[in-house]
Amino acid sequence: MSQEYQVLAGPEGYLPPAAAVMGVELPKTGEALVEGSLVSDNEALHKIADKLLSAKNPFFFPGPLLLWAWKAGVAERAQAVRDLADAVGAGVIPMPDYRPKYPMINPAIEINPNHPNLTIWHNKIDVCVFVGVHCHYANIALKIIRGGTSCYTIALCGEAGHEDAMISLRDVNLAKIQELTAIVMDKKRQIAGGGK
Amino acid sequence: MTKNILKMSPAFADIIPAEYRELVDNGPYGRDVGVAELGTFKELLEEHPLCAGCGLALALRIFLASLPAPEDTIVVGSTGCSSLVFPQAAVQNIHSLFGNQNSVASGLKRALKLRFPDKDKDVIVVAGDGATADIGLDMVMHSWFRRENITTIMLDNEAYANTGGQESGMSQQGTVLYMAPKGKNFPKISMPELAREAGCVYVAVGTPAQPRKLEKMLKRAIILARHVGPTYVQIMTPCPTNYKFKNNETVNRLKGLEKDGVFKPREYITAEAQEALNRLEEVSK
Ligand SMILES: Cc1ncc(C[n+]2csc(CCOP(=O)(O)OP(=O)(O)O)c2C)c(N)n1
Ligand SMILES: [Mg+2]
Repeated sequence: MSQEYQVLAGPEGYLPPAAAVMGVELPKTGEALVEGSLVSDNEALHKIADKLLSAKNPFFFPGPLLLWAWKAGVAERAQAVRDLADAVGAGVIPMPDYRPKYPMINPAIEINPNHPNLTIWHNKIDVCVFVGVHCHYANIALKIIRGGTSCYTIALCGEAGHEDAMISLRDVNLAKIQELTAIVMDKKRQIAGGGK
Repeated sequence: MTKNILKMSPAFADIIPAEYRELVDNGPYGRDVGVAELGTFKELLEEHPLCAGCGLALALRIFLASLPAPEDTIVVGSTGCSSLVFPQAAVQNIHSLFGNQNSVASGLKRALKLRFPDKDKDVIVVAGDGATADIGLDMVMHSWFRRENITTIMLDNEAYANTGGQESGMSQQGTVLYMAPKGKNFPKISMPELAREAGCVYVAVGTPAQPRKLEKMLKRAIILARHVGPTYVQIMTPCPTNYKFKNNETVNRLKGLEKDGVFKPREYITAEAQEALNRLEEVSK
């Protein structure tokens, strides 16, 4: 590839390529992805906080891995993500499962990986965070969002990360979520104080 | 353990859509509810895109209410009208390539036995007559020959309904359909008898016009597949769209077909399965 592919907010058009096909690789431990480039984990945490705080209408989309307390530790992580969303002042719309539910989901109260654009359009969401969504569904949904909307996507992934998000962390656990919340709070204080 | 997937994380309980909350609070999971209780609990399926008066819709409502353990059930489907339903239902579902359903179910059941040796996971094939008796017959029969612990359910609307009305092996001789204008020229396949000879330990032919009886057949088939061997239930599900009758006549039509001797409900059970059933039904008393 002559030029490096950047994973940027769309709309990129119908059927955008998977970022992996365009040469974007998953981050290694301690790294993260910002718009298709590898950066340190710490740099990405700050980028996420900046994006969320400068957004007009940010939303979190927690998936089944967080919404359902299916194993020990999940309820605590869910609470931490809720605290993060509250710290940002973001809305939360759940993705309780992946059933396509034709003819249509109710985009005001839920999001579905098979047509995530409906929820983003309906609520005019400009920055969104995927968290607790199984990888294969996150990938397809992130690609659809890039194809059909101008929404900026962030993926907080407990596994290896997502090339199809504009910013993606990997190995996200309770401590990482709390660290991000602390950074957000800190930046908010700075903004309120008029400092930089 | 399994029911934990149905516990909401408290931090997000306030934003879970009502539909899911009702399933958690008043769904059939882990409860002894069935056809008699319909209307008192949140059903696994409430909206579907099937035609008004569809026999499948009636049968599937009863099927979903009859599941002994919906939280531990995986439905394996195949292309056809019923595959429009399962993506909407609150039960685990795998859609397989048309005709492959019994092979997919066999592999799945074996994997689940290895993964959860102490837990009964019900793998149930639900497919049309075309998928079961025609294009998937090879896979269906061999799963029975191999004595796989799965339940096979045929939704028999005597046609390839989803593709616009071709005759199937299950159509009656002489049937004229949109895409069978000259009339079918061989008789309906005796699938229940084939199932009996091929190794199914329990075979039943039922109708949604008799919901309680159908429920009993389905429960027996699912429980016996866990403990004894393959089972088969054939449900007569007339199609108003392809057979051109009024969509409020489905149940009457079923009753009429039975009265005229065209449709014959029946049950076959092996001695071994009968013994197991006696034991199990005794325990559950
Ligand atoms: C491999 C393959 N062959 C053919 C088809 C086309 N096809 C779709 S549905 C269908 C018939 C379904 O008939 P049946 O199994 O009786 O189900 P019904 O729609 O009547 O419920 C066929 C042949 C397909 N989808 N895949
Ligand atoms: Mg059919």
